[in-house]
Amino acid sequence: MVVWTDAERAAITGVFKKLDYDFVGLNALGRCLIVYPWTRRYFATFGNLFNADSIMGNAKVAAHGKVVLTGLETAMKNMDNIKNSFAPLSALHSEKLHVDPDNFGLLADCITIVVAAQMGSAFTADVQAAWQKFLAVVVSALGRQYH
Amino acid sequence: MGSVFTLLRHPQSAFTFFSPLIPRATMSLSAKEKDLIRSFFSKVSGKMDVVGHEALSRMLMVYPQTKTYFSHWKDLTPGSEPVRKHGKTIMEGVKEGVNNIDDLPAGLVNLSELHAYTLRVDPSNFKILSHCILVVLSMMFPGDFTPEVHVAMDKFLTNVALALSEKYR
Repeated sequence: MVVWTDAERAAITGVFKKLDYDFVGLNALGRCLIVYPWTRRYFATFGNLFNADSIMGNAKVAAHGKVVLTGLETAMKNMDNIKNSFAPLSALHSEKLHVDPDNFGLLADCITIVVAAQMGSAFTADVQAAWQKFLAVVVSALGRQYH
Repeated sequence: MGSVFTLLRHPQSAFTFFSPLIPRATMSLSAKEKDLIRSFFSKVSGKMDVVGHEALSRMLMVYPQTKTYFSHWKDLTPGSEPVRKHGKTIMEGVKEGVNNIDDLPAGLVNLSELHAYTLRVDPSNFKILSHCILVVLSMMFPGDFTPEVHVAMDKFLTNVALALSEKYR
């Protein structure tokens, strides 16, 4: 079971208060598709993903970025039970979407980098530690139902 | 018409944040990426010491297992003299990488020997420090750290790490 200190909870909810879901969603997913181009394999129906400009201008990428962020918000609201509350999402990613779970870590890294850019100096080392712990728990939960 | 990457499974996709023990394969830098790196780095170089200090502080705090390499320091807190000094040393090494971008293993051979024979830092930690450097660059240079610069720098730091690992065994 994951144990969260009060400081960690405060740091994580603090990040969410400052998060612009549209901006972070598009930029994090967009960067994932640009920095780790093999991740494009999962988005064949998204149309033009051939270069950075087309990715960042792609409405489906923007929409899906927001879906991802909304999923993270669900985790934040269920911080003491992420593992179980994410079981259906994990099954979805495994059985329907067939996403290699290693990719979750790549997207998590991009989310962290975009959040850092958005928050600037407010993204202190303490906040980064709590945030990355939170993302690690989400990533682990998403990989749990794979078999 | 879908993405050309649909059916491609790069083996490198298995090497990630959560598999730190396995180093990533080299993905060569294009001429354009080298230009991007050089030009971005010239913007960063004035604040190199701050970047190094911030990245190192974050590494020690966010990944406490990395503190095991610094048990000989009297002070590991952010702002302390050893952390500042070492952050600067690290970025000087990164700069050496930029200066030898056309042949990193040859250019960084001395640093590789140092890490392999003397320091014996587990190579999984290179990925950790690289990530912290990218986070700090993103924070300090949000306008310049575009997605194109991001991918070029990520590849560059991966290749630096591989060059540093050359002499390990």
